Amino acid sequence: MRKAAEQIPLKVVTHALPPEQARAVQAALDAHRNSPGALLPILHAVQDALGHVPEAAVPVIAHDLNQSRAEVHGMLSFYHYFRTQPSGRHVVYLCRAEACQSMGARELEAQVKQRLGIDFHETTGDGQFTLEPVYCLGNCACAPSVMVDKTLYGRVDAERFETLLVETAEAAK
Amino acid sequence: MTTTVYVSRDASALAVGAERIARAIVEQAARRGADVRVVRNGSRGMFWLEPLVEVERTGAGQQGPGAGRVAYGPVGERDVAALFDADFLRGGAHALRLGAVADIPYFGRQERLTFARVGITDPVSLDDYRAHGGLAGLGKALDMAPADIVKTVTDSGLRGRGGAAFPAGIKWNTALGAQDAQKYIVCNADEGDSGTFSDRMLMEGDPFVLIEGMIIAGLAVGATQGYIYLRCEYPHAHEALKSAIAAAYANRVLGADILGSGKRFDLEVRLGAGAYICGEETSLLDSLEGKRGQVRPKPPLPAIKGLFGKPTIINNVITLASVPIILDKGAQYYRDFGMGRSRGTLPLQLAGNIRHGGLVEKAFGLTLRELLYDYGGGSASGRPIRAVQVGGPLGAYLPESQFDTPIDYEAFAAIKGMLGHGGIVAFDDTVDMAQQARFAMEFCAIESCGKCTPCRIGSTRGVEVIDRIIADHSRAMNTTLLRDLCDTMVNGSLCALGGLTPYPVLSALEHFPEDFSKDAVLPLSAVGGG
Repeated sequence: MRKAAEQIPLKVVTHALPPEQARAVQAALDAHRNSPGALLPILHAVQDALGHVPEAAVPVIAHDLNQSRAEVHGMLSFYHYFRTQPSGRHVVYLCRAEACQSMGARELEAQVKQRLGIDFHETTGDGQFTLEPVYCLGNCACAPSVMVDKTLYGRVDAERFETLLVETAEAAK
Repeated sequence: MTTTVYVSRDASALAVGAERIARAIVEQAARRGADVRVVRNGSRGMFWLEPLVEVERTGAGQQGPGAGRVAYGPVGERDVAALFDADFLRGGAHALRLGAVADIPYFGRQERLTFARVGITDPVSLDDYRAHGGLAGLGKALDMAPADIVKTVTDSGLRGRGGAAFPAGIKWNTALGAQDAQKYIVCNADEGDSGTFSDRMLMEGDPFVLIEGMIIAGLAVGATQGYIYLRCEYPHAHEALKSAIAAAYANRVLGADILGSGKRFDLEVRLGAGAYICGEETSLLDSLEGKRGQVRPKPPLPAIKGLFGKPTIINNVITLASVPIILDKGAQYYRDFGMGRSRGTLPLQLAGNIRHGGLVEKAFGLTLRELLYDYGGGSASGRPIRAVQVGGPLGAYLPESQFDTPIDYEAFAAIKGMLGHGGIVAFDDTVDMAQQARFAMEFCAIESCGKCTPCRIGSTRGVEVIDRIIADHSRAMNTTLLRDLCDTMVNGSLCALGGLTPYPVLSALEHFPEDFSKDAVLPLSAVGGG
């Protein structure tokens, strides 16, 4: 897709986005383009709607804001939270910071990776879970901490992690 | 008669099951025909007791806000029916009954100024906020000249609570003196330091006090637009702030006519995107402008040339949230708390391997030891506390011999430590300090904005050098090299990330050298280019 964006005129590139993605990008632009420093809220809005910011959206956003593609790409690659590839159905954020380390987060990290069979930034084969590291969830008095999508869990050990995987799957049904 | 029951909506309380408890109470009450109103308050900050359930006993000789409440905790889902059986709605006896919260020494001995309402009020009820003294500071500020507001803040001795401890009044005065039609108030709510959660607790537990503080800052320097830059890891704080801002607009606290004064202040929350460096004020400003969060050289100071090139006050959540009480009760009142040049109170956060983790707001001057043992109750594991990291991932690791250091900016600087944002992370004797030093460098490498070389490259080289030391590969030579590298980072970095990362590294090396001289256990891949 990136290659296509370099070779063909912009109008055509817009169509490189599937229609529902193009609509989401357009909605994000319409909602925020006039606010100062619009790029950050626009990228959030796109990721909220689609779960990621497709690379084909980069030239569309850049053109609309009269910025270069390098500037938009630079934002996407700088911030850990933004992703250009779809995540699994749920994103598991595992805290690696010091307060969690003091309560066994290093061991938990190894157990979680083994349980899911993936490393950080990877997605399980069934597409259910993507694992991401995070540096502090502000839950440091109830460490170790894990956040699944937007649900926070404290005092997590291997056993509790197993429970929260089941809970997450059930809640999604 | 309706009985009010409080169950926290604080993210940490939710993380240990508060939502289920609240739901179970509503269900049980319906089943038993009990007339119960459940209020979702902020947390009292005693997280080993969460989920904490409080029952309001009206007419029970109340002294002060929330004093008549009886607390039960930590409540499990299975305890709820038993609590109803024990008639907890009328303060009945039960194994989990804690009595009045104010009688719990951990809470009762605190000096809560900034956190006065947190855990007591309904966080998103403006009526509740007013009923507990909210907006009194703003009311006074509206009748004052801008320079007088700034003077009050200066006289209070309030210093930036984000970590750098720069006097707030001096910063405000610079912005006041800058001539420009457009100025900004920016709240740094990018609380990224591990071991800190006071900003989060405040925004979730009493968001109006932050809003009020920002409006007062706007009046003080002539700024009409504010932004709260909130880290995206805090979805609950985001919801609380959005609700509170909507309520403030609906009741003319925010907008074109603040409390009927004809003065204007607008406020918006912007979400960060998981970059630790955006807690550094100039990179935060770049991020707000829709750019990569890269550090700017100073000068120019943000107070003169900040957001979009305009004069900008950028302060931490706790700094701004401390302003309303200073305006309400006067500079002298606030100044009377504290020691030396550290005036007022600091909301300290006990975290990590600690039995009684939570929030302790106290005047400056108590010692680290008092916090760790009198409040914290020692380690959670029951093993000896071996090291404590104060001030987040850039703070020094302190050994037991330094636990008598008073909580004071200058006292911490004197032992090459830093109080920072008041986060205290305890480690028991199972900690490997060489691994903690390695992590400090690794974290810096992951989070460096890349603008300056000592931080961008130095952190990666730091990880490699520490790996060689651990692996006993030319240990003495590499230790010298590590100290030299740290010296370069301290003196050559553009901001505190590269400049302070050596603090945890060197303090670990200084105070816990035995952890760097163990027999090598790492695989050979850690040595050389591997």
